[in-house]
Amino acid sequence: MYTISQILYKDILAIHSLSVPPGRVTCITGESGTGKTTFLKLLNRLISPDRGEIYFNGTPLSEIDPVILRRQAVMLPQVPPMFAGNVRDNLQIGLFFAGKPPAPEEKMHRMLAQLGLKKELEDDPGKFSGGEKQRLALARVLLADPPVMLLDEPSASLDEGTGHAVISRVVATSREAGKTLVMVTHSLAIAREFADYLVTLKPGRPAGIREAAWTV
Amino acid sequence: MDGIIRLQIWQLAAAYLFVLLLVAIVRGRGIPREREIVIATLRMTLQLILTGYLLIFLFANRHPFFTLLAVVVMQVFAIHNICQRTKVPLSRRLKLIVALSMSLGTLSSTFYFILVVIALVPWYEPRYFIPIAGMLIGNSMTGISLGVNRLAEGMRSQRHLVEAALMLGATPRGATRSIVDHAFDAAILPTINSMVGMGIVFLPGMMTGQILSGVSPVTAIQYQIAIMLGITGSVALTVILFVQLGYQTFFNREQQLEAE
Repeated sequence: MYTISQILYKDILAIHSLSVPPGRVTCITGESGTGKTTFLKLLNRLISPDRGEIYFNGTPLSEIDPVILRRQAVMLPQVPPMFAGNVRDNLQIGLFFAGKPPAPEEKMHRMLAQLGLKKELEDDPGKFSGGEKQRLALARVLLADPPVMLLDEPSASLDEGTGHAVISRVVATSREAGKTLVMVTHSLAIAREFADYLVTLKPGRPAGIREAAWTV
Repeated sequence: MDGIIRLQIWQLAAAYLFVLLLVAIVRGRGIPREREIVIATLRMTLQLILTGYLLIFLFANRHPFFTLLAVVVMQVFAIHNICQRTKVPLSRRLKLIVALSMSLGTLSSTFYFILVVIALVPWYEPRYFIPIAGMLIGNSMTGISLGVNRLAEGMRSQRHLVEAALMLGATPRGATRSIVDHAFDAAILPTINSMVGMGIVFLPGMMTGQILSGVSPVTAIQYQIAIMLGITGSVALTVILFVQLGYQTFFNREQQLEAE
């Protein structure tokens, strides 16, 4: 899906060579400040490397329209913001941004239920807890149904049990649909349980530049 | 007697009593504004005296070059004023968009007004062209100043929302739509409000000036309605150009948010 060759981003991240295989679950781990979020942003082309190239299905990212790429490879930030409006608006806006038709009510209800979010479509997400907001944002990504999902600590605001259940559901959905899932997690337990491939970003060579260790 | 009360120097001097009243109030309340009030009063007086002599020259030397030069000077001053008055630092690209929007919006509105609405012959007649252009430029300046502040502030405070929208596959246009709409709304609201209160809450300066100088109130009102509509159009055109082009300056060619 992604092939990374000799990339450098500021003094935050340097990767010599790395592949993210299609249709599999790749987990990214590493200490704080090792560039995990930066790595996802590079894959989403929210930022571009200072040097080197990232390929998406064999085509350099620099040759793909950024909006088209982001609709194929949707990213979920670690602290996802809520958009204006109620739960329904916050679910539908993902489809609107992706240029897709609105989802039926029944599908939205099913998505919330899958993630254990007991909320009505008319509820105000501004009053939700951090964990509820994170699950709503995750439901927004799942509803958009992209072939690639780039998730930054999707269970960070959830307790251990809920986090495990949510990740388990997302991974199962992803595997059933043959999606590519790239997930940053600080939890080695989650990475070991769900990852087909594990990438560990380590603080490394000169001046804080990080390099990736590749584990199968 | 032509019906006009010509002000004597002492009468004009008597009007400055209002400024003295303001100075007395701020001094009495300990508000440190005396210096600004005095400077503002002096600037207003000097600028208007100079403008008066300049207009005498322009009216006596009717030529397209002089008329257009006067408009260019007003335009440059207005653009400079907008860039100076914003509360947030503006990028060079955004300043260029301010200049482009002001120039395109106000000039097209002015020429439409001059050539179509009042069908002025010759089109460069300074007695009409300069005050009309001045009113359109001045009001557009106020509108775009509000728009600039709202847009820049919105892009700063809602950066995380814009970024989250981009992550979901939004175009920069889609990701900033709400910020752009709010900036446009804030910029045109004062113009809409002034239309609501016009003739009841206050009598506008141009109409008052015409009536004081002996023009029939009906003619003055006709001109005021036309100029108010012209101002509305000019503000709307200038601000929509600005916000539609302005949001793009916050993104690079790769449709990524520019670094703060």
